[in-house]
Amino acid sequence: MLKRALAIITLLIIGYWLAQGLAGVPFGEDRMLVGQYYLDHVKEQTGAVNAVTAVVVNYRGFDTLGEVTVLFIASTGVGALLWRRKKERTAKTEGSIVLTTGTRLLVPFVMLFGAYIFIHGHLTPGGGFPGGATIATAFLLLYMAFIVYEIPHKAFEKVEGAVGMTYVIVGLIGLAIGGYFLYDWIWQDWQWGAENIGRLFSGGFIPVIYTIIGLKVGTELSGIIDNMVKEEVSE
Amino acid sequence: MISVYYFGAISLILIGLYAVLVKKNVLKMLIGLSIMETGVNLLLVSVGYISGRSAPILSEGIGPNQAVDPIPQALVLTAIVIGVATTAMALSVAMIIYERYGTLNVEEIRRLRG
Repeated sequence: MLKRALAIITLLIIGYWLAQGLAGVPFGEDRMLVGQYYLDHVKEQTGAVNAVTAVVVNYRGFDTLGEVTVLFIASTGVGALLWRRKKERTAKTEGSIVLTTGTRLLVPFVMLFGAYIFIHGHLTPGGGFPGGATIATAFLLLYMAFIVYEIPHKAFEKVEGAVGMTYVIVGLIGLAIGGYFLYDWIWQDWQWGAENIGRLFSGGFIPVIYTIIGLKVGTELSGIIDNMVKEEVSE
Repeated sequence: MISVYYFGAISLILIGLYAVLVKKNVLKMLIGLSIMETGVNLLLVSVGYISGRSAPILSEGIGPNQAVDPIPQALVLTAIVIGVATTAMALSVAMIIYERYGTLNVEEIRRLRG
């Protein structure tokens, strides 16, 4: 009881201190410096209309590369921690017929929607990470509804490695052409899609990169799910 | 007077910190960490808000002067993914702890170790 009271008092002091700090940051006021530059120049510099994905992929592409690396390390780490010689699905109860039929009907739609999200990253809200998470949700549905379902490991691991390499290769092509890593050669040099900004075939290499990221995130999260639902068989 | 968004974000951070400080179950501590992370993300996004402006997607009718700051949103996109990655790692560590010690109580784990 004393411990809880002490914790609450400490947290209230911390909260007051944070609120004092935030009192100097008025809510809802224009404080943009770099943000205004991005908004003003996003169309002619990147060809995308979604400023957030342009910032994530183009202006601050290194963040995204680091982020993908973090996710890859987490996926590998989960695999390494839960590695065992003999692992199988241990679910014993079959799902009801409504669940399995519903899953059969839903999975193509969920996958299609995930692909839609990451292909249209430069036009609509979303991008590679939400799209990839949606695709992983489809595989989670399959895992939850069928007791014997397993992702095709060989294909998944190959796709994961290949798309990760493709991302770096796209960046290296930019290094060779433009002089710095992740240089947007499709837009800056070729001006490809310059006449139809706001349509699907525009946005420089943002759709390319986001397709790569979407596939990578989808396979990695599915791999994490796969590692977590399997258990050691004791016999 | 502090904005309700800042208040909510700070409250979420404090609730998460409380769970980490007081709770003894590893899973409850992880839930606290996730709540704290949500609070931080909410705080970051609400710092970038500008009254009366819409999402930074420059379509018909929304020019560069009618959009909110895109940088905090890009930052939060990164932070969410990193949060998911750390949560997945921590959950697999929790699974291993339970398999090895048969408990998730942090005090008992300490006793078993010593």
